[in-house]
Amino acid sequence: MDAPSLAVPGSIEAVAAGLARSGYICDRRSATAIYLAYHLRKPVLVEGPAGVGKTELAKATAAYLDLPLIRLQCYDGLDESKALYEWKYGKQLLYTQILKDKFTQSLRSSATLQEALSELQSVGDIFFSEQFLEARPLLRALQQERGAVLLIDEVDKADQEFEAFLLEVLSDYQVTIPEIGPVAAVVPPLAILTSNNTRDLGEALKRRCLHLRIDYPDAKLEEQIIDVRVPGIEGTLREHLVGFVQRLRRLELKKPPSVSETIDWARALLLLNVVELEPEMVRQTLNLLLKYEIDIEAAGRQLPALLASPHRNGPAT
Amino acid sequence: MKATLLGFLEVARNAGISVSNAESIDAFNALALVGYDDRLTVKDSLGLVLAKTAEERRRFDACFDRYFDVGKLDAAQRASDSEALEPAESRPESEDGTLPSLERILLDDDRASLVRLLYASAAAVDLASIRLFTQAGFYARRILEAMGIVGLEASIARMRSSGVAGEARTADDLELRRDAVRELAKDLVERRLALRGEEPQGVRDRFLLDARLTNVDRRDVERMRVLVRDIARRLAIHHGRTRKHARRGHLDMRHTMRRNVAYDGVAFKIAWKKRKIEKPRLVVLCDVSGSMASLAHFLLLFVHCLNEALADLRAFAFANRTIEVTEILRDDSIDVATKKIMAELGFRSSDYGRSFEDFENDWIDAVDRKTTVVILGDARTNYGDPRVDVLRRLFERCKRLVWLNPENRVAWGADDSAMLRYLPYCHMASVCNRLRHLERLATDLLGITQPRPASVEL
Repeated sequence: MDAPSLAVPGSIEAVAAGLARSGYICDRRSATAIYLAYHLRKPVLVEGPAGVGKTELAKATAAYLDLPLIRLQCYDGLDESKALYEWKYGKQLLYTQILKDKFTQSLRSSATLQEALSELQSVGDIFFSEQFLEARPLLRALQQERGAVLLIDEVDKADQEFEAFLLEVLSDYQVTIPEIGPVAAVVPPLAILTSNNTRDLGEALKRRCLHLRIDYPDAKLEEQIIDVRVPGIEGTLREHLVGFVQRLRRLELKKPPSVSETIDWARALLLLNVVELEPEMVRQTLNLLLKYEIDIEAAGRQLPALLASPHRNGPAT
Repeated sequence: MKATLLGFLEVARNAGISVSNAESIDAFNALALVGYDDRLTVKDSLGLVLAKTAEERRRFDACFDRYFDVGKLDAAQRASDSEALEPAESRPESEDGTLPSLERILLDDDRASLVRLLYASAAAVDLASIRLFTQAGFYARRILEAMGIVGLEASIARMRSSGVAGEARTADDLELRRDAVRELAKDLVERRLALRGEEPQGVRDRFLLDARLTNVDRRDVERMRVLVRDIARRLAIHHGRTRKHARRGHLDMRHTMRRNVAYDGVAFKIAWKKRKIEKPRLVVLCDVSGSMASLAHFLLLFVHCLNEALADLRAFAFANRTIEVTEILRDDSIDVATKKIMAELGFRSSDYGRSFEDFENDWIDAVDRKTTVVILGDARTNYGDPRVDVLRRLFERCKRLVWLNPENRVAWGADDSAMLRYLPYCHMASVCNRLRHLERLATDLLGITQPRPASVEL
């Protein structure tokens, strides 16, 4: 192919750099996962707490590889007609009508019933054919000429039955449509599945995937992320706010703040022209970091200690 | 490297990480791709391929560090040994690669050859297949035999009996070195065993599943909990599935179209997506009286785990009266909950009649036609009125009444056991004093069949 933009990840470092160019700073393990997934043609199952950038990883990978991102959001009751394919019923109906009209005309000329039947047989049966197939995300990902990044988001929200559909797609990169037969991928898509672990996934599905766990980043990585995602924030403030969030995570909270919350908070601070973390201001913006009243209260009580010299605890690891 | 990786996969498998053939192939492919140069990359790659859960990841990390640490040691040893070997080119053994006898090696104090002989002998007796710590002595002895310790002993004895002063001193020397060799062999076996350290887990689990709950050792209690939780978790997975789609049916477009093609596509016969899924509603009554005390802990643990698994489970504990423990079990950790419940009721003598009566008076609403009632108890009424009539009403009201009795069938009805009188009003009554019974119950209750995890496969 002559398009130079079509990146082929040559090494793990290249993947990390490429993702960074797309605005996604990741640790080495994530980069290794993408690298292996690309070359071994295996899907990646990404687990981790909400807001650490599981979905972002897929988006950044799509941007880096310059492939279309096809997203399938899973939910309770998702079935194959929403995920794989659906027939275009309206068109199928019209087709039968047209067929009927055409045949009444042409059949008038045929003398016997036998003749009419053989006439009917001679017409190709296209009622169930790809022309009437409405591709849903999974099938669409297989049909992409250049390949695609297929993001199957929150796969744990879907039913167990749905996993069975995924198995064929993820291991053989093909879909079997009963009326037509197997439809294989033009170029196997790079599949990324995310899970919040609300339920255990089936063994069969897990076995087919590379298993990547993304946790809350350490201070250094988080600072890099803030640096990329919230440009313009001043260095020491960035260090302080990341330190604060890192310490906040060590409290016993119902939902510790994630990277996305840190980013939101940093943006807010930038917008408010804050230069230094002051207790009153932190207290007022705490709701950006913590989403539960009980957490905000708990953190509020400990605020002085949390804000106390960020150097006392040293950089969090 | 292939052998090393295969060895690691074996170790990982023993440590409880499920490594199937497919994963072995993936592991090789991954390493072929990233190379073996960078330890961290190798670790990350293998971790991505092999570990499937956070727990497995933790095990994998420990396993990897341990395995490749030993490997590194060995490699370092070999490296230093081969350095030592360099200057001594004149040695006869280096010509055809065969090693001299143990006696010769010790006399020359040729450490490089000694280590090589040790590893060769270990390989010859298939040390890698060592499973249990009780085999350590056996393997160490066989390694020493393979190294030729018998011949050495004979030589030493001969030297001693020869009466020559110099020979005797050599014999002393050799004996010292022989002991050192013994240590080396023992050490090697122990290191290999440490890698296998987690292997007995599977054996242990199997044993625990079949051990009587009352006889479980204190040290195994932790492991039992894991097993119980495992059973409950499997329940949860399946329950989570059967609960879906319990709402009203939607129009099934596809099906409707198919049906009506014959009518020109006029929706004449309409099809609905209606999957009637049964929601097992559970009410558990657990006897925590004195006679059941040793078991109550496990039963409560099981109920606690079930509680995590099933949204609409109601749990009750009883001895001489009944209390509802649903909330205690939901809100507190199992230890706290058990303590609270035992403080409330524990070690009282049981009064089944009164307890059933309590239940009927206060909570009978919890039982309807969809409910399965599980009673965990020994039916020892202390010669009180068993109130079979209450149980009968319960039996008529619920969908299924299951009685699990820790006593063996022969003891049912003996002395103050009212089990035989209760029996007609149970849809199912069975003995339950092993973990395996609980497992079977779980399966029966929800009507599920599920392959056992590899660790407890028989």
